[in-house]
Amino acid sequence: MNVLNFVQAFFSDGAHWHGYDGIPQRLLEHVQYSLLALALAAAIGLPVGLLTGHTGRGGNALAFIATAARALPSFGLLVLIVIVLGFGLLPVMIPLVILAVPPILVTTYEAVRSVDPSPVDAARGMGVRESRILFQVELPVALPLILSGLRSAAIQIVSTATIAAYVSLGGLGRYIVDGLYQRDYEKVVGGATLVAVLALVTLAVFWAAGRLAVSPGVRRR
Amino acid sequence: MESVTKRYADGTVAVDRLSLEIRDRSITVLVGPSGCGKTTTLRMINRMVEPSEGTILLDGEDIQRRPVTTLRRSMGYVIQNAGLFQHRTIVDNIATVPRMLGWSKQKARARAAELMERVGLDAALAKRYPYQLSGGQQQRVGVARALAADPPVLLMDEPFSAVDPVVRKGLQDELLRIQDELGKTIVFVTHDIDEAIKLGTMVAVMREGGRLAQYAPPAELLAGPADAFVEDFLGADRGIRRLSFFPSASLDLTTGPVLPLDATAEQIAAAGAPWLLVTDAEGRPLGWGEPRTLTAGAIRPGELLPYGRPFVPGTDSLRAALDSAVLSPAGHAVAVDDAGRVTGVVSQAAIGEAIRGAHAADRADEAKVAS
Repeated sequence: MNVLNFVQAFFSDGAHWHGYDGIPQRLLEHVQYSLLALALAAAIGLPVGLLTGHTGRGGNALAFIATAARALPSFGLLVLIVIVLGFGLLPVMIPLVILAVPPILVTTYEAVRSVDPSPVDAARGMGVRESRILFQVELPVALPLILSGLRSAAIQIVSTATIAAYVSLGGLGRYIVDGLYQRDYEKVVGGATLVAVLALVTLAVFWAAGRLAVSPGVRRR
Repeated sequence: MESVTKRYADGTVAVDRLSLEIRDRSITVLVGPSGCGKTTTLRMINRMVEPSEGTILLDGEDIQRRPVTTLRRSMGYVIQNAGLFQHRTIVDNIATVPRMLGWSKQKARARAAELMERVGLDAALAKRYPYQLSGGQQQRVGVARALAADPPVLLMDEPFSAVDPVVRKGLQDELLRIQDELGKTIVFVTHDIDEAIKLGTMVAVMREGGRLAQYAPPAELLAGPADAFVEDFLGADRGIRRLSFFPSASLDLTTGPVLPLDATAEQIAAAGAPWLLVTDAEGRPLGWGEPRTLTAGAIRPGELLPYGRPFVPGTDSLRAALDSAVLSPAGHAVAVDDAGRVTGVVSQAAIGEAIRGAHAADRADEAKVAS
């Protein structure tokens, strides 16, 4: 049997489509973890990135922290935190957020910093207040790059949220972890496929968000 | 501006005890080589840069007493690359300050449309985005945006430096026309002395170290540079450029050598000039010809040499007249009326006489002022 047969067998099995271990339930859990982690990471990364990008200060420190955070292995961190804090949602969220903050923070900082300085100068000279300059002059122009940071963070979260299953939580990782344990490769491949599809859907969602939120004047079409 | 100095933390002096009185409803141009502090001076007027010493008074009131955003909103600001907001349409770009001042969207947009017309922008561009416009059009939007809330003061920082010479000339003419209509107090920064002379009511020449070298009307600047620096900065053809300020109305025109296409041999002989200007039936110039090469009764355009660039007496300056005479193979400038019909020709020698006369009149004026 090859991988495609596994996929076909997994998805055509009616038992996989309902109940607490059914695909809809696991998908919902996975999306919930991912959204929560992304929201937390954005709540940290966006304001810090916007502020440092606008003032142009703290860029070096930021790059250092981000690189250091990227070097941390998510899985190792999860195990360590579970040992310290025990089981639960929090130990899962911490490595996911640590994983997602750097791309958001660094791209937001770079996006705001790389905005053409002349409209900013013009706005300041016209008497636009600093907060308005950030949100109404810099942010709309920086938005495509900021969204790309959020998008890579979201995709990393979706693929890494599978580790939640290792600490007895749900999500699509359940299929992979349980499948490996039970030597049920149909399940492993099915779970992996679902994660991959969800990552693609995430991509599509960000593409649509970009179409809606970014001004045609910035998209240049 | 009273003895204004800007000194940076590292000790560099950008502007050194500069005193300048900027007249209401006129164009004051700050000109000088790069690093002479002209942009810093401009930016101190709207407090983008705070002076280290000295005071700047606006209508007798220290600008430090006004809240910085209120001050800036009362001054239009135009910069080199226009600095348009690329996520906003042209009409919304222009409406920026009115919207900030709390105008309704409708009123602000109506005002923006009015300004587009004033700066010579097609109304069809209103819903476009900046990237869809040429550099010259973007700069017009920049000017319209600065004028939107009808500020009494307009600060312009090298606004036309990034566009090509043809577009730049169009923008300069447009600015002069708008200024005629609106009468703003404009402070204009440029590194281009020709632009300064063309636009300025008063020109402040600045030198490295942020010092004022000379402050005078352009004609005076060309006639009497204060020192070697100003003279050098004005360039080699200062004498020729000064002619732009002398009118050509007083030139004596002659119609002797002007003949129509169907001139007879007798007419050609009677003109008695080494070169003849031949015109068409409506009196528009066709070209110069020597009497011996012309076919009497039916002169062919192929027998003629180009007449160069005619000038309009009264409208054009002596510079245009001289240029016309220099271009002509006959050494005569061709004068035409507004419809392009020949009103006469004038020799280089006569123009030279007029130039000497104008210089003499200028010296007499100066002597009168001095006494």
